[in-house]
Amino acid sequence: MANKAPQIPSIAEFIHKIKSGEIFTEIAKEITESQLWTSTFRHGYADTPRNRVLQIASNVWLHLHPVKMHRHALRIKFTWCMGGITFLLFLSTVVTGVILMFYYRPVGEYAYYDMKYLQYDVPFGMLMRNMHRWAAHAMVITVWLHMFRVFLTGSYKPPREFNWVIGVFLVTFTLLLSFTGYLLPWDQLAMWAVTVGTNMARATPFLGNEGPFAEYVGVTPRYDARSLLIGGSLVGPPALLRFYVLHCIFIPLIAGALMIVHFWRIRKDGGISGPL
Amino acid sequence: MSEAAAAPKRKVEGVPEKLHVWPYLVRLEFLCALVVIVALAVWSIVIDAPLEEAANPTKTPNPSKAPWYFLGLQDILVYFDPWFAGVVAPVLIIVGLMLIPYLDVNPKGNGYYTYHERKVAIWVYCFGFLVLWIALIIMGVFLRGPGWNLFMPWQYWDPHKVVALVSVDLPYAFGFRDYTWSAIFGGGVLLAYFGIGTGAYFFLERKALKSVGFLRMFLKIQLALIMMGIVIKIVLRIGFNIKYIMVTPWISV
Ligand code: HEM
Repeated sequence: MANKAPQIPSIAEFIHKIKSGEIFTEIAKEITESQLWTSTFRHGYADTPRNRVLQIASNVWLHLHPVKMHRHALRIKFTWCMGGITFLLFLSTVVTGVILMFYYRPVGEYAYYDMKYLQYDVPFGMLMRNMHRWAAHAMVITVWLHMFRVFLTGSYKPPREFNWVIGVFLVTFTLLLSFTGYLLPWDQLAMWAVTVGTNMARATPFLGNEGPFAEYVGVTPRYDARSLLIGGSLVGPPALLRFYVLHCIFIPLIAGALMIVHFWRIRKDGGISGPL
Repeated sequence: MSEAAAAPKRKVEGVPEKLHVWPYLVRLEFLCALVVIVALAVWSIVIDAPLEEAANPTKTPNPSKAPWYFLGLQDILVYFDPWFAGVVAPVLIIVGLMLIPYLDVNPKGNGYYTYHERKVAIWVYCFGFLVLWIALIIMGVFLRGPGWNLFMPWQYWDPHKVVALVSVDLPYAFGFRDYTWSAIFGGGVLLAYFGIGTGAYFFLERKALKSVGFLRMFLKIQLALIMMGIVIKIVLRIGFNIKYIMVTPWISV
């Protein structure tokens, strides 16, 4: 080493480097040639077409994507990014929801106090609860907007009819997810909103005890469409348990499975629709 | 939008060109995810989720509102019995939405924004979504107070507000007093509405019958008539104090 004194660049030179962007190349070089970097990543990434394909095709998380796509499908003005955002919000509720499940018991005596515990005692409990709730509400809005954009671009037309039908199932399950979750805080807001909602089942023709033609079927308040839903004739602890199981297991599994089919069909239908 | 996708776009418009998903789409998704997650985190730090007093089955709040996304349906309850507003209407909405790709056979406007090539479709969807769904939700959240009465934002939510129930059934308004004749008259009005509506549609669109098909056209006009019927019923109630069109011991519409 040694007999060369370290060169200190003049200010003018330095400014030139920043302006020309040379400085970034130098910083990148400095980092990627450091011992820390080279010992972590054993080889570089050459930006070749083959590698671009492999990045997608050989990555378990990315391989739902096609490796190539039409340029127009990248435009945010076209998709509004709403399908992707809906999916991201769904994932956020899964992560925060699992954390909430560690502290929450779906039992009449405990549920409300577990919410209080989450809010005041559990570290970041309030934040997790807020993120879960706001992501769920936001998801309802983004899925409507996604559907609206799919309609406006006519993307349900052949060959994507079936994916639209899957989509209608998805929007229904999104609403049901949100609705079943609404009961779980077990406060006044929850109980009465769900009472209003499930009262409708009472009016189901033939199957609800106040519905038209119920007298010919012989359903009673204790045995009809509504009591099947809430496990009794009013919204009580059995309803809480039922909604909990529906909310945390049944509906997410179905919605998740449908999302996989949805994404798979986007590719099979030739990618995002476009003017052809 | 990514520069690579934007810059040469104009030159090659119309010539579809394929891009690599890595890096062009993946980096866009990454940025988008970053923005959404940051926004969600900030929102959650700033605004707390509501938690009211513990559930109490003996204390009914007035008004009792369903979750906000169902308030459109809850508002229809003013004009229809629960079996329709709460059960049949949601089922019709879901089934009707699923049928859209099979009923709309217009090949134009597939994969791009256009109003001129599919005016009717756009109008129907925007009316259903923006007016019958979104506007009713906004009304339900902000303007419906105790007793489900309408209150303007500056009005006090008076739980004792009395609204005179002066509505009558359509057959009564037409002078029918006998139960059976009322039911027959009401049923006749409904039949005439759907019959004449369907007939008129088939007559006006008779040239399309061959290419579109009978079943498609029939389902399309039934769904359209039901959607319009909901609006007509709202107008009849608000404007003319009409409660039911048809009353029978089993169902009333
Ligand atoms: C949980 C709900 C949903 C998720 C996570 C989801 C996700 C996605 C994603 C990521 C895309 C790619 C393009 C884009 O982002 O716009 C997409 C496309 C599509 N979605 Fe959804 N979606 C959902 C619900 C729906 C609903 C409710 C409908 C319609 C009723 C629908 C119909 C479609 C169709 C037809 C496409 C293809 C669009 C095209 O080719 O331009 N999806 N979806």
